[in-house]
Amino acid sequence: MKTALITGGSRGIGKAIAIELGKSFNVAVGYSSSKEAGEEVVEEIMKSNGTATAIEINVTSTESVENAFVAIEKEYGGIDVLVNNAGIAKDNILPRLKEDEWDEVINTNLSGSFRTSQRAIKHMMKSKWGRIIYISSIVGLAGNQGQTNYAASKAGLVGLSKSIAKEMGSRNITSNVIAPGYIDTDMTSFLTDEQKDNILDKLSIKRIGKPEDIANIVSFLASDESEYITGQVISIDGGIT
Amino acid sequence: MEVNEVFEKVKNLFVEELGIDAEKVTMEAKLEEDLEIDSLGIVEVVMAFEDEFGIEIDDEELTDVGTVGQAVNLLHSKL
Repeated sequence: MKTALITGGSRGIGKAIAIELGKSFNVAVGYSSSKEAGEEVVEEIMKSNGTATAIEINVTSTESVENAFVAIEKEYGGIDVLVNNAGIAKDNILPRLKEDEWDEVINTNLSGSFRTSQRAIKHMMKSKWGRIIYISSIVGLAGNQGQTNYAASKAGLVGLSKSIAKEMGSRNITSNVIAPGYIDTDMTSFLTDEQKDNILDKLSIKRIGKPEDIANIVSFLASDESEYITGQVISIDGGIT
Repeated sequence: MEVNEVFEKVKNLFVEELGIDAEKVTMEAKLEEDLEIDSLGIVEVVMAFEDEFGIEIDDEELTDVGTVGQAVNLLHSKL
């Protein structure tokens, strides 16, 4: 059985992806702060007769990424499917944005995905099969007030992914980006009812998205059936864009 | 390690990592023309060399490497 690593797999969209991939892969559930949350996801996967392990991975640290990969390789062999989902937001309008807030968001969301992708690609090149999936955001494609850092980091993933798609196509490694719209997670829980109503107005499908809406497409992109799809950006946003 | 030992190891890596016919791997063989290794293939070979011999190879060191023999000599000089 092939193995999938989901960074930020203990909560929100990452959790839904981990559970869905647990149906067809060994799953390494990456967590950065909450081991407990990671292990809950593992339990849920194992309840459905899947195989999973919670693994600490802080994508801002090359050493932490290396340690996590070594541990996963020991348990399952190499990683065949990498889902780069770990991300943070530190919102502020540009005149008030601190350089620290810029750096942290870029370092986690964009550079973190570089670190994991570079580490994962070696095994994928050897086995001549791989799937890399980036969880970006429609904000990375359209921009958003107060999110210059977040939007730039998520847009950066598009260039990263498309370049990997070109570099690695000859080795049957595909790389794609998912751009979720408004999905019901901790990250969108700060929205006021008024903001939610505004969003609903603009949606073609009149509901806020569920993490499972994303997980289903990730599951397809991780499968053999998706082998002719690479370098793409797929928005899953209820038609808001 | 003797040059011919390095060559044997290199030959094994070409055969195992890239599935190249062992007979084709001679000291004179050109990587791109004779062995039909693409640029990504060169990277794979270099990564395999680094793992096998426990060394690091800079990109600059590779600019003059066009044949198996030149790769063997580079590796031999670094061991």
